[in-house]
Amino acid sequence: MLKMRVIPCLDVKDGRVVKGVNFVNLVDAGDPVAQAKIYDAAGADELTFLDITASSDNRDTLYDVVAKTAEACFMPLTVGGGVRKTEDIRKLLLAGADKVSINTAAVNNPDFVREAAEKFGDQCIVVSIDAKETAPGRFEIFTHGGRNPTGIDAVAFARRMAENGAGELLVTSMDRDGTRQGYNIALTRAIADAVNVPVIASGGVGNLEHLVEGIRDGHATAVLAASIFHFGQHSIAEAKAALAEAGLPVRR
Amino acid sequence: MTTVVIDYGAGNLRSVAKALGTVAAESRAGEVIVSDDPTVIRRANRIVLPGVGAFADCKKGLESRPGVIDALAQSVLEAGRPFLGICVGMQLMATEGVEYGTHPGLDWIKGKVVKLTPDDPGLKIPQMGWNDLKLRSAHPVFAGLESGDHGYFVHSYHFITDRPEDVLAAVDYGGEITAVIGRDNLIGVQFHPEKSQKVGLKLLANFLAWKP
Repeated sequence: MLKMRVIPCLDVKDGRVVKGVNFVNLVDAGDPVAQAKIYDAAGADELTFLDITASSDNRDTLYDVVAKTAEACFMPLTVGGGVRKTEDIRKLLLAGADKVSINTAAVNNPDFVREAAEKFGDQCIVVSIDAKETAPGRFEIFTHGGRNPTGIDAVAFARRMAENGAGELLVTSMDRDGTRQGYNIALTRAIADAVNVPVIASGGVGNLEHLVEGIRDGHATAVLAASIFHFGQHSIAEAKAALAEAGLPVRR
Repeated sequence: MTTVVIDYGAGNLRSVAKALGTVAAESRAGEVIVSDDPTVIRRANRIVLPGVGAFADCKKGLESRPGVIDALAQSVLEAGRPFLGICVGMQLMATEGVEYGTHPGLDWIKGKVVKLTPDDPGLKIPQMGWNDLKLRSAHPVFAGLESGDHGYFVHSYHFITDRPEDVLAAVDYGGEITAVIGRDNLIGVQFHPEKSQKVGLKLLANFLAWKP
């Protein structure tokens, strides 16, 4: 049977980890490849790099980091941030990414997702949906890190993205991100129940119970977290143990 | 000994080549090269066809490389060299695939590649993640592996073989689906060994040591 996935996320800026893990005995805490290796050894189910590079001039740095990570890690790698053209996708895949996550470009041009899926296959196209709860049960897409409202209903958008060939949806609650109060379960569940593709819950994890909630209550099949893995607060093994204890299938 | 990873413009070549290179170095199994040169393919001792992408796009990519399909047929079908297809590379071994229209495959293992249709409507498409293998054969590429070991799957289409004995391992995803196929010198894996940590690297090492 298919297992629920635990996915650590590293924020990468100009080729360096800016929000990642301060592992003990790590000589260089900003080296994404070193952090990726540790997660690989710890049995993380996948790894996500979010490129938050301010300038698109440094794109080649990202390709280099992806290539070095792919050389050192034998688990799936998703790269997101700044993916706008099919050429960006091809370069990331050739560098060693397994999936790419598309955010703003999907909002601006939903047909881009269809074009990408037809070219590279549904399975490597992840659409990243950043949404806020604007009224109870009402979820709106925001872009630019949650600053710009779009007026687009998140659930309708999610359906459209799945129809256009997105193989997976990364659903981030912008009102929870960084709060450590837990995923927005209503948002996660509204989208997971509306589409037939896998949903990754993201944004707001503060403890292991939140991971359980994302799957059990939010109906996600994968949980992404960054900060709980910071400073060794929790390990991948502890995250999986918590899911297993709640009766959820995990790979250990 | 040389293992060639076929470069046809699509696919996660680098990941596959790096994983093979890592296990080849550990087991002194020679060099791993990435190439679309028919001469290199004909000379190689082992051939790996990776795959990420859509069936038709990958097939077109193979066809657009002059002489590659002929070189593959000579090495694999005539000379009987060990061949490993991965994900779409495995699916291309089929008679035909129906992703974005019906397209002929290499027809090395009789069967069709069709959309996943799990019994349980709650199961998502694609199947994405780690699933436990049910081995149906004591094939040499499974040495040191056992049922219950996990492979990483990412696919919306699956291989239905005409002959049940061509299925060497299966996984459960709303019914049994094909995880590994093979006959003679041919092996195809639906999951990604290059992304399946220890289990995947073991399978790749076994492939490099396999003498069909």
